[in-house]
Amino acid sequence: MAESKHILVIGEVEREKLTSTSRELLGGARRLAGQMGGMVNLLLMGPAVSAAQEGIQYGADKVYTAQDAIFSEFNSDACTQLTGEICRKIRPMLCLFGQSDLGRDVAPRLAAKLDAGLCMDCVEIIFDAGSNRLLQTRPVFGGKAMAVMATSGDRLQVNTVRAKSIAPEEPKDERKGEVISVTDGVDASLIKVKLVESKRMETEGVKLEDAKIIVAGGGGLGGPEGFEMIGQLAKLMGGVVGATRVPVDENWVPLSMEIGQTGKIVSPDLYIAIGISGAAQHVTGIVNSKKIVAINKDPDANIFRMADVGLVADYKVAVPILIEKLKAGR
Amino acid sequence: MEIIVCIKPVLDPDMPPAKFSVDSKTNRVIPPEGMPLVINPYDALAVEAALKIKEAKGGKITAVTLAGSFATEILRKAVAMGADEAININDPAFEDSDTFSTAFILAEVVKKIGKYDLVLCGRQAADWDNGVVGSVIAEYLNIPSVIRAKGIVVTNGKLRVERVVANGFEIYEMGLPAVVTLSSEMGQARIPTGWGIINAVKKKIPVWTCSDLGLDPVRVGKTAARNSLVKLYTFSPSRSCEMITGKDDKEAAGKLAEKIMDIKP
Ligand SMILES: Cc1cc2nc3c(=O)[nH]c(=O)nc-3n(C[C@H](O)[C@H](O)[C@H](O)COP(=O)(O)OP(=O)(O)OC[C@H]3O[C@@H](n4cnc5c(N)ncnc54)[C@H](O)[C@@H]3O)c2cc1C
Ligand SMILES: Nc1ncnc2c1ncn2[C@@H]1O[C@H](COP(=O)(O)O)[C@@H](O)[C@H]1O
Repeated sequence: MAESKHILVIGEVEREKLTSTSRELLGGARRLAGQMGGMVNLLLMGPAVSAAQEGIQYGADKVYTAQDAIFSEFNSDACTQLTGEICRKIRPMLCLFGQSDLGRDVAPRLAAKLDAGLCMDCVEIIFDAGSNRLLQTRPVFGGKAMAVMATSGDRLQVNTVRAKSIAPEEPKDERKGEVISVTDGVDASLIKVKLVESKRMETEGVKLEDAKIIVAGGGGLGGPEGFEMIGQLAKLMGGVVGATRVPVDENWVPLSMEIGQTGKIVSPDLYIAIGISGAAQHVTGIVNSKKIVAINKDPDANIFRMADVGLVADYKVAVPILIEKLKAGR
Repeated sequence: MEIIVCIKPVLDPDMPPAKFSVDSKTNRVIPPEGMPLVINPYDALAVEAALKIKEAKGGKITAVTLAGSFATEILRKAVAMGADEAININDPAFEDSDTFSTAFILAEVVKKIGKYDLVLCGRQAADWDNGVVGSVIAEYLNIPSVIRAKGIVVTNGKLRVERVVANGFEIYEMGLPAVVTLSSEMGQARIPTGWGIINAVKKKIPVWTCSDLGLDPVRVGKTAARNSLVKLYTFSPSRSCEMITGKDDKEAAGKLAEKIMDIKP
């Protein structure tokens, strides 16, 4: 299938802007295209596509816009069909998705349809010109190990890329590119699933993924009251509250607050982990934080291996003092 | 309802990182002593989901595993939970199959079973964390799929699946048969009863081989793999941690507040 060295990025748009992950994908694609010698193509699907110029600023040479009412909601069948069509047209060597709701769903199906190679949740992709191979690194075993997978450059490779693992390029207004509107519609007879209800929680304020300061609580908080307490701390610091899987499973906090392998991947400047043991599946989602502060009553908790600053204490004692001191300032 | 549940035996994902090690020559995980493989936790949820549907609608649950002869023990756990039948898919030709070959073989197993309304999988196997096999089985069978489900309801021959997305939930409707993969938000899998365990010990578990399935060995196993593993290494992120102490918790917490004010962006 791969007869070119082109890269196809499957972009995602939120509130008429490229998502941060899409910008990261374009940055990674730009650098890889520099080594591989192909072009960076961006596909945007939506009822009306607005971010094409932004795509060019962030590194796309060509932007394919597929405007169809069917894309006003996510539909896996429609997206699989359309990405397949575009791949057949461009014949890229590499197709990149984010490890998002869309990527998790569509990338495996696309790879199955096109007999492509597939690596999910990559944190690094390298082109080895000598052997004409792509080398992709991905966390495995819940983050306890890393695997490097090779693909021969003759085969189309489909990858999903973990958020925050590659840097975007600075957007450039003067970058030139072509916008191509995709006219082949989606064959509605091939749509097998229908969305009947959507219950999305819109986050007010800063999103967890974009937060500079995160105060996160774990099973050690013991209940929703604990989250009220660390919520005060977060508010005082201008931060956002996150959680491990335990409080989510216990219904103390909503699912959208979960951080880790199966939750959000974060990279704040400051991550304060309170009552969190530091299991691999959680730690894998916070490794890129600049500074990690941990409060746990168990001196042997794994989180201390991973933190820059640690305090062994009961959070019920420590957090009110933190709140009081931070309020008073210096 | 005829339900097929795909189960993968995995290293216990809750094992401490210190017990996890890799043979760097062979790029294989060294199985820690005294730690038997467990049912992939998401696959136990798939069994649970199947049992709930069976309780509501009646029917039969068949658990299938593609791993090795040892996997019979894992299948017995599914039977102990309440699965009616189990099949061990095992052949040397299947060794080192990638996710596509695995899905291809499992799709062929589903076809050979013949009667089915639902194929249930876990959202991902907690070893290689791919999250691929369910979707690809659906592609190979050309039937609808929904991944990361929290709940499944069957009404009037239609399937309603509530799935987990980054910021909430979505409900999808589709016809049968279909593939659904289960996520942890579905809740907890049941613990087998004593009667279930006794039943499982007696259960006859057939083995299906490559030739039973009529498959060309070239299409499966290592030769068919689309990506090759070139390196596997343990990853344990660590930083040097400055521990804050004081004459009591109060003083220490006060010092931590100072420290946080220093590093606060
Ligand atoms: C396949 C798979 C995927 C997973 N994905 C994720 C994921 O994406 N994100 C995630 O977070 N988890 C995930 N998990 C779960 C993960 O393995 C751990 O179970 C979970 O992260 C543990 O959460 P915890 O540390 O908050 O809770 P616990 O393990 O319950 O730890 C609580 C900690 O709080 C401390 N503590 C208790 N009381 C106090 C107190 N009063 N003051 C201070 N400290 C106290 C304890 O010493 C302990 O260290 C996954 C698991 C599997 C198997
Ligand atoms: N070898 C296997 N045998 C049976 N089921 C499997 C196997 N591998 C994967 N599965 C199923 O597919 C799901 C996703 O696996 P994966 O794509 O490998 O992460 C698992 O949760 C299982 O339900």
